[in-house]
Amino acid sequence: MSADSGHARRLLGVAILVAILALLGPRLVGWTQFLLTVALGESLAVIGVALLMRAGLVSFGQGLFSAAGAYAVAYAMRLWGVHEAFVLLAVAIVTSIVLAAVIGPLICRYRQIFFAMISLAFSMVLYSILLKFNALTGGSDGMEVPAATVLGFHASAGGLAASYYYLTLAWFGAALFATAVYCASPVGYLARAVRDNEIRLEYLGASVRDVTFRTYLFAAALTGLSGGLFALSVGHVSPTLAYWTKSGEFIFAALLGGTSSPFAPVVGTVVFESLNSYLSASFPNVWQMALGVVMLAIILLLPRGLWSIYQTLAARRAR
Amino acid sequence: MSAILVDGVVYASWIFLVSVGLTLVFGVLRILNLAHGSLYAVGAYMGAWLVVRYFHAGMPLALSFALLLAGALIAGLVLGPLIERLLLRHTYGRDEVMQLLVTYALFLILGDLTKLVWGVDPYYAYAPYSMLGNISVGTIPYPRYDLVLIGIAVIVGVALWLITNRTRFGRLMTAVIRDREISTALGINVPLVCTAAFTIGAVLAALGGAFTAPTISVVPGIDVTVIVLSFAVVVIGGLGSLEGAALGSLIVGIARAAAVHLFPDLDLVAIYLVMTIVLIFKPQGLFGRAEVKRL
Amino acid sequence: MERHLSLTFSRVATAAAAAVAIALVSLAARAPAAAQTQPQEIKVGIVAFLSGAAASPFGIPARNGAEILLEGLDKGSVPAPYEKKGFGGIKIVPVYMDEAAGPDPITAYRRLASSVDFVIGYISSEHCLSIAPAAEQQQKLTVFFDCGTPRIFEDNSYNYVFRTTATAAVDNIAAARYVFSLYPNIKTVSGINQNYAWGQDSWKEFSAAITSLDSKVKIGSAQFPAIFAGSYSSQISALLSADPDVIHSSFWGGDAEGLLIQGAPLGLFTRSHVVLTAGEPILHRQGIASLMPSGVVLGARGPHGPLAPESKLDDWFSRTYEDRYNNTPAYPSYHMAQAILGLKAAFEKAQTVNHTEHPTNAQIISAFEHLSFTTPSGTITMALGKGHQAVEPAAYGVTKVENGKVTLVDVKHYPVECVNPPAGMKADQWIAQHFPGAKNCPK
Repeated sequence: MSADSGHARRLLGVAILVAILALLGPRLVGWTQFLLTVALGESLAVIGVALLMRAGLVSFGQGLFSAAGAYAVAYAMRLWGVHEAFVLLAVAIVTSIVLAAVIGPLICRYRQIFFAMISLAFSMVLYSILLKFNALTGGSDGMEVPAATVLGFHASAGGLAASYYYLTLAWFGAALFATAVYCASPVGYLARAVRDNEIRLEYLGASVRDVTFRTYLFAAALTGLSGGLFALSVGHVSPTLAYWTKSGEFIFAALLGGTSSPFAPVVGTVVFESLNSYLSASFPNVWQMALGVVMLAIILLLPRGLWSIYQTLAARRAR
Repeated sequence: MSAILVDGVVYASWIFLVSVGLTLVFGVLRILNLAHGSLYAVGAYMGAWLVVRYFHAGMPLALSFALLLAGALIAGLVLGPLIERLLLRHTYGRDEVMQLLVTYALFLILGDLTKLVWGVDPYYAYAPYSMLGNISVGTIPYPRYDLVLIGIAVIVGVALWLITNRTRFGRLMTAVIRDREISTALGINVPLVCTAAFTIGAVLAALGGAFTAPTISVVPGIDVTVIVLSFAVVVIGGLGSLEGAALGSLIVGIARAAAVHLFPDLDLVAIYLVMTIVLIFKPQGLFGRAEVKRL
Repeated sequence: MERHLSLTFSRVATAAAAAVAIALVSLAARAPAAAQTQPQEIKVGIVAFLSGAAASPFGIPARNGAEILLEGLDKGSVPAPYEKKGFGGIKIVPVYMDEAAGPDPITAYRRLASSVDFVIGYISSEHCLSIAPAAEQQQKLTVFFDCGTPRIFEDNSYNYVFRTTATAAVDNIAAARYVFSLYPNIKTVSGINQNYAWGQDSWKEFSAAITSLDSKVKIGSAQFPAIFAGSYSSQISALLSADPDVIHSSFWGGDAEGLLIQGAPLGLFTRSHVVLTAGEPILHRQGIASLMPSGVVLGARGPHGPLAPESKLDDWFSRTYEDRYNNTPAYPSYHMAQAILGLKAAFEKAQTVNHTEHPTNAQIISAFEHLSFTTPSGTITMALGKGHQAVEPAAYGVTKVENGKVTLVDVKHYPVECVNPPAGMKADQWIAQHFPGAKNCPK
């Protein structure tokens, strides 16, 4: 199979998903559309976490880049007066990549729990800084992100949510396609080899450092974009984004979906967010326990994530 | 200056007490237990509840300490084996992230369970703390209870060291830490060692909680703070290392006390800065062993 | 393994469909019917922390306050001027939600807002700040009942959002005035506050107000432990060795109680004059109130509880609360009552003015703006933020222990113009410019 036809197929797959979601948009009740907007945006961070996991790196501090992207959007609006969503999101991506390029060389030396911990430490340092310099950052109360224009179009207060839904969908589609291409690229394959056996990989002549660093950059870009989308759709940024529990949620959503396909984390995120929303509305007093029980059930019964259901079905059909 | 040292040592003892169980569990089971904070909270509730229920003015002070100890033992000895046997056992050999998430789910469940059992209203068990009175260092009064905490931390540290280095069980545990497969092959009852180790870890977490209870208002939410704090200590010291946990506690304790006295604004960030700096220069933590990579 | 990556077309399509199907199932199951205003009842969403550290000190008392007040309104047993049942004769149906509900506060708010007529809630300032724009987009009349940050209506203006509680700036300005009235000769002031916006803002406003009232007072370095830190021994010894005349703290809940447990035996509360701006709830904690020594300045974020002026309405409220919950209501219960009664007053005024039983949102909003209404804590006026932000008088008292019972004595009430900035001026500016417009105020 040639690379070109592979990409064409991937593009088609992403396009179909996006088209279905686009058609679905107007049929969703207000808050479910909003839930999906947030979930799709967040799923990009989860994809980032899943990509790192494929390379054996568990980031307990991916919130660092969510926060970086989100605050980049807020500051670009406040300081430079930029109000075009596409420009703002580009700023969010660039900010995260620059940040990742600075700390990446250091952080990519670590593996396993140590990678988890040092990434956690970095995100908590950012969290503390955001909290401390409250005159500039709004402290723990955060900053408001006013409505942005989408391709020059200024939505009314009532139509803003819908316009952000399609904005998110567009970026989501592009990012998902980029991820699929990345996974099918040599670096994407090598990343999995890092997880399996680094030393063999080095013997084969590949640079483990190079592979992990590139994966780290790519994941940071996705997460920064995710943070930017979150800032726009929610209209508010706060240091909570960099708190370790947020990164923990990303990891959970990634495992819930699975890490074997770029689509799996998306499924994981949407299910996680819906579950969270549903349980906290239905059991206002014990919703965390309900969430924990459902989580346990999924982890123990489906260790490879929800996506493995689909894989099993597909494999059965192929037989 | 002396204030920094005293405060630092007091804080270090507390944090050592709270986090040493975490490092033990990681050493033997290779699981970073996110529910460690929940066990701490259950210990705090159990201890506080017993003191509130059975300790009244006029009774000997020693009784209140016995009640706290009993609370920790009940919490740890009941929950420890239960969690390990029913839940963790099914995750051995799985991905470490998966295990992490199992303990995260457990953390969520135990949080609400604690709420169902003890309600949301606070428990106050300050009698042991206030009855002991104060001593003065220079012109500043310190609670004598802090000495109790230091004492317990030292006892726990020494006891653990003796258990690991001087008993048969300790040697079995060390063998499991070094290589689980070979231990199994040698006929060591690895599952039993794991249950025992996790139970000891749970008792230690509960002990930390129970003896913290007299100094705080025992309310929902005390579990979260402890998790990150003990993670930081354990990572600084080196995962699985007893000496590391002790030194890590001391470093964090002194750093925090120095921040509080000299730069109060830096209190929040001090611990993470220390953690980042240590990890940059000693990626495995101060006492961590580099793992042998297998070809 | 690589087969997962080279997805064939049909697989991708099925994948996409599967993803959407899962999404749909999980969403559709929850999609409520389009919100309709039922003529026979009014649904009010009530949001407060039911889990986490803020549940016991704030969330639960607030929910309890809502419960007894709504039941009283339902039966028509609330004293004047609220004898009318429900909202203008229409039954109120409360829908309670945990403020910590997932997946995030905004989504949870939108879900709630889509199924109720009004929303009353929010304790966290961060939540209020982020929910205000969402309320505007949803065009849902939303009343904040407890959060304290002045930023909501100082930095922005909203049409659908109201706050029936004064800002935290008021608490700290009044605290500074009260400190001077009790202890005119203080030389040094220090503080211990939680390291997040509430604590940072409280200290900034209090220390600025002290300096503005008497520039000779020296402001010492303040302690900022992390929220829920639990152990404050280092901070306490730092404060004891600094030995300031006054220590300011906006600690709340378990943190405030922990500070009392750890600090009282060491003499922290007797060596210095301690001000707890949100300390009144401690008096309602039977297990711990005995630790409280004489001479601690306590605030209730307004004239609530033991600081409330005498009235039939307050008698009814505190008695009914005590009968039901075996404890007296703390200030969050009063804040909740203010929000419910404010909305009720606005609703009924809109009915009268527009001669209709079912006023529109716009009619209720215009009735609510600049409204004055009676509460168990006295009269409240929506004077700031273009009529959307309440001003309140303030009150402080100091503890006195007699026969093992703690009471508040030397209670001082501060009229609205002494502690609230005038319309169009930010609290920070007002403090810095030495409170222009505040006449005949004690210091």
